[in-house]
Amino acid sequence: MAQAFVHTHASHCESGVMSSLLRHHGLQVSEAMAFGLASALAFAYLPCIRINGLPLIAYRMPPRAIVKGLHRQLGLGMRFETFRRPADGMARLDALLDAGELVGLQTSVFWLPYFPPDLRFHFNAHNLLVYGREGDDYLISDPVAEAPVRCARPDLQRARFAKGVLAPKGLLYYATRAPAEPDWARLGRSALARTAHIMLHAPLPMIGVRGIRLLARSVERLPLGDGAETTRLYIGNIVRMQEEIGTGGGGFRFMYASFLQELSAKTGFAALDALSARLVVIGDRWREFALAAARMIRGRVPLAPPALAERLRALAADEKRLFQDLHGAERAWA
Amino acid sequence: MRERDVPQEDSTSLAGHRKALYAVADDGRLRLTPSSGWAAEEVCNRLAVEDLRRRARAARERALAGAASPLEYHMYRARMDLALLAQATGLWRWRVRRHFRARVFARLPLSLRERYAEALGISVATLSRAD
Repeated sequence: MAQAFVHTHASHCESGVMSSLLRHHGLQVSEAMAFGLASALAFAYLPCIRINGLPLIAYRMPPRAIVKGLHRQLGLGMRFETFRRPADGMARLDALLDAGELVGLQTSVFWLPYFPPDLRFHFNAHNLLVYGREGDDYLISDPVAEAPVRCARPDLQRARFAKGVLAPKGLLYYATRAPAEPDWARLGRSALARTAHIMLHAPLPMIGVRGIRLLARSVERLPLGDGAETTRLYIGNIVRMQEEIGTGGGGFRFMYASFLQELSAKTGFAALDALSARLVVIGDRWREFALAAARMIRGRVPLAPPALAERLRALAADEKRLFQDLHGAERAWA
Repeated sequence: MRERDVPQEDSTSLAGHRKALYAVADDGRLRLTPSSGWAAEEVCNRLAVEDLRRRARAARERALAGAASPLEYHMYRARMDLALLAQATGLWRWRVRRHFRARVFARLPLSLRERYAEALGISVATLSRAD
């Protein structure tokens, strides 16, 4: 390998992967910056996609949005390859590693043996970087792990070719060009405009602020009779998607707040600092929501879906105001 | 979230791992801080894990009593559901559901058993037993 790869612990897999990849190619970009520039913050409540019978709730843009977003913004010349046959996918990975390439992979968490067993669910859009190989052991930089890890060939193959929702189909990606130092103000502005647009004006009612309200409505209607096991599972699922899959609602809000702060420092557009502080408060509200839900699940307080729905509506209102102001600030940015 | 409020509650599901969270440091800047887990999150994760365990146990009892095939038990043990198992094997859902029946499963050709075993990441011998 041309230069030694440096592993960094990150909060979320895809933004962590892209931040490491960019740094490896000589452009210093933090995880939060990668996340923000790709306009990855969002909200989506997708009742039609069910995992173990429960709806998908996402607090960010769909998988690959960060990789593709940065690829477009920074002109990385990323190559994306998927494979029909697992053997081809592994052979291609080996060839790229032998050529000294740093390769990103999409994998299923369930089949990665180094993950804690209780967190191994069939979530197919986990990103990681492979920076080398020793025999049949791959050297992996998984951004959500504190240190680099290893994974045996059969396990990695299984993880890359898992089936189901968001099946990775062996997806691998790598950059073919080193990025030039970008115009941060220009990129930042367009990234802010995109995020504000997604949160406020997405054409579908499941996306953005309207998605939060839609979720509130479905929470409100959860049944309470018969021990309400499904209701508890449903509420638990919202929190799990929020706090665990990647880094969740509160987590992503904090990460975006960090992006605003960094962008303000880089460009000198100080109006973003106040917005960042407000977003931290919204992130705290999301965490309070998780705490309230957990209390109900544990039975510390009676199960009351309408109370949770109320919190969600308040969050929707807060986020609406914040993104309106963000949009205004972006327009006023000279 | 302030840096000192980052939960350090040694969540068992993280099994000693730490996750990185963004929190506000004393100087007002957001920084990554490692967290050993949060009880609220742990409760919700435990709920999901337990639900799958309960389903697996019930399916196992049915299989041991001869009321169902071991396939359903192994499906839940691999934390899958019907939709996912059908996708992973490339079979129709109704076929998979039919294979949950003990008598149908007992007559299943080796090729289909191998397909299930492959998708579930277990051996054919394990697939045929529920103990």
